[in-house]
Amino acid sequence: MSRAYTAPAALTMAILFVVPMGIIAVYSLLSRGTYGGVLPPLTLESYTRLFDPLYAGILWRSAVVATIATVICLVAGFPLALFIARAGRWKNLYLALVILPFWTSFLVRTYAWMFLLRDTGLINTILLSAGVIREPLPLLYNYGAVLVGLVYGYLPFMVLPVYATLERMDKNLLEAAADLGAKPAATLWRVVIPLCKPGLVAGSVLVFIPCLGAYLTPDLLGGGKTILAGTLVQNQFTNARDWPFGAAVSLVLMVIVMLLLTALVRREGETLL
Amino acid sequence: MQSLLELAQISKEYPGHKAVDRVSLAIGHGEFFCLLGPSGCGKTTTLRMIAGFEQPTAGDVKLRGVSLIGRAPYERDVSTVFQNYALFPHLTVRGNVEFGLRHKRRMRNSADLNQRVDAALELVQLTGKASRLPAQLSGGERQRVALARSLILEPEVLLLDEPLSALDPNLRKQMRAELKALQRRIGVTFLFITHDQEEALTLSDRLAVMNGGRLEQVGTPQQVYLEPATRFVAGFLGAMNWVNGCGVRPEATRLSHQLPANGCRSLPAVVRASTFLGNCLHVESDLASGECVVAEVSRFDVPFQPGDAVHVWWQPQDQLDLPA
Amino acid sequence: MKRLLPLYAVAAYLFLHLPLAILGVFSFNQSKFIVWEGFSLRWYAAALHDTAMAESAVNSLLVAAAATVVSTVFGTLCAYGLWKRRSPWIAGSLYLSLVTPEIVMGIALLAFYQWVFRFLHVQLGMHTVILAHVMFCLAYVTIVVMARLRSVDAALEEAALDLGATPWQAFLKVTLPQLWPAVGASALLAFTISFDDYVITSMVAGVDSETLPMVVYAMARRGGNPEVNAVASMVTVGLGALIVAAERLQSR
Repeated sequence: MSRAYTAPAALTMAILFVVPMGIIAVYSLLSRGTYGGVLPPLTLESYTRLFDPLYAGILWRSAVVATIATVICLVAGFPLALFIARAGRWKNLYLALVILPFWTSFLVRTYAWMFLLRDTGLINTILLSAGVIREPLPLLYNYGAVLVGLVYGYLPFMVLPVYATLERMDKNLLEAAADLGAKPAATLWRVVIPLCKPGLVAGSVLVFIPCLGAYLTPDLLGGGKTILAGTLVQNQFTNARDWPFGAAVSLVLMVIVMLLLTALVRREGETLL
Repeated sequence: MQSLLELAQISKEYPGHKAVDRVSLAIGHGEFFCLLGPSGCGKTTTLRMIAGFEQPTAGDVKLRGVSLIGRAPYERDVSTVFQNYALFPHLTVRGNVEFGLRHKRRMRNSADLNQRVDAALELVQLTGKASRLPAQLSGGERQRVALARSLILEPEVLLLDEPLSALDPNLRKQMRAELKALQRRIGVTFLFITHDQEEALTLSDRLAVMNGGRLEQVGTPQQVYLEPATRFVAGFLGAMNWVNGCGVRPEATRLSHQLPANGCRSLPAVVRASTFLGNCLHVESDLASGECVVAEVSRFDVPFQPGDAVHVWWQPQDQLDLPA
Repeated sequence: MKRLLPLYAVAAYLFLHLPLAILGVFSFNQSKFIVWEGFSLRWYAAALHDTAMAESAVNSLLVAAAATVVSTVFGTLCAYGLWKRRSPWIAGSLYLSLVTPEIVMGIALLAFYQWVFRFLHVQLGMHTVILAHVMFCLAYVTIVVMARLRSVDAALEEAALDLGATPWQAFLKVTLPQLWPAVGASALLAFTISFDDYVITSMVAGVDSETLPMVVYAMARRGGNPEVNAVASMVTVGLGALIVAAERLQSR
């Protein structure tokens, strides 16, 4: 009976998500067609090419960029979550102020940083007219700009779970720590942060996953100089016309994402669905 | 007595445990019947099988001799008052009460429908609150809406799943009296589930005691309290002293400084503590065997101090011999 | 620490909100360059008279409206079905769709469509975009409605059945009325997500189905101009209003 309710969604997901992913898995094992597309025979060549220093380097750089972005979000997000959790009757407003920009257009938010960072952008214009610099600073089209964009885009993913764990935390524990002689800094370090670990772990996974496969941010803020995994996939399907290799890279990304997600669900228990 | 509702050896098995184990019951027309037992004893599962929310894995449920097995809840002529009332939060009192008439009795908007709703509300003294939402009612009022919502369908059996447990103690006692009076007035058969033995004793015409999925005993309140069939029933219905395998209730246990008259069972003991309970005293005494006995003593009786050497005694007819 | 934390929070909120605020301010600038020359609505007028922009905006609205209606109906029913009976497969695929990199989802859908086109004589267009959007909106709708269902007492449906309602009537008359705020909120979220999507859309759109984000992207790629600032500001305010409305609904 309840199957009738889930059927339309299940069918949609099967046809438009599971089958396409299956096609990608199959394509990754086929050979490259002349004008894009795929041809038999079956081969593991696309996967062996992942070990080519050029491509391995791109994957490695993606992981490093995603890790740095995650660490920045961790360090920047925790105090913000702490501030919101302790904000008393304003906490809902402060929380909304974190969530709101996240839900407005991602493309527009990325464009806003281009507006600030490009050679003729706001920051360079101000610095030039103030005489601080003579040449515009190369703020855009580098890894720094990509990192700024990723942190800006995914900081809410860190703040929300951390805030949720802080919010659930028994306030008596803090009073008990103070009662037992712990100064605020010691309470933070010895009680709050350890108890907040599930939120910090969840937040880190939730930030790392989209950063690893990010396409729009590196594309717009990194320009052509910063090829990361997402751009690599896109290139194989458009310019390079090597579908099997693009599919192989996609599959590697999917496997990493799935492993991280299962680990998180295992850790957090059945809190999701 | 011709039985209205009959449970024949019904069982409910979940993987790895039997929630209800071969329970048989026959409930008569117009009876106020209580199913009493500790939490997890299977009484709620039994009720849910009668209502049709669960299917028994074995056995049969019959109403007026007709099996209900395989019938959906909306095809059964019984109705349930849920533990937390399950009032529809988006509907008014009137909306809740008329819900069953519209669906089970397929009535459309009509003067008849409105009249019946008004009558049901009057029955539970809620006239004038018809347009309130459940959130705007007190606990007792919600309870009455739940009653009206079920009673308006004139079910053969009204199933009540611990309906008083959500109320505070004072209100609970008041609602208990109202419920009993209401049942007498309308004559509908009530099957009432509770874990409170006082509630079961005061409300029911007959009651059944359940434990671990099995039926322990069925009988009138007097029978079950005074002649319990098992140690579990004896202990669950009230405090019990166990002396040499015989049970004596504290109110039947006497204390005296002198040796009591012949014909009584008597044992020497030493008073350990005396607790003032307001209307009486509970005096704990240690027997030579090491067993401890509690006696309920009138506060007008001679005082017993800790350390006093006393005699514990009781009438032979107050003694229960039950296998362990 | 008591004083440092609020100071830090101010800085963090500036980081989160200043870029969009600055963009908004400069969308009203008279000058084409980043020099304030006075208040003007000329870039808004230019954006509204730009036919390519207008056509793509209409496309975006059509896609978002269609995807919202379908995904809201499917997602609400799905959440209800999962509430009645868990299904790790359906829940798993929905969650996986949430974390799949957009570009991977885009190329997978493209590969899928091209494979289907071998058998059916159709091409990429509005329909392929709408189907893709329905799919990636489903998970959001299901999760939002599911969250609301967790606070719904399962005994209410049993009470409805007890009072003679059939299972479908119990859903329509008892459970669904309690879900309306969540259904409304999820529809607004779905609309927002659909309207904003660039990466997947750009992979599965045809020549006749260019959406607003695709036009904005192309202009941003070319360095951007004040007209983009104006469009970006309008989109931000529009979507922001939807999100505030969604939050309001959810907290009801």
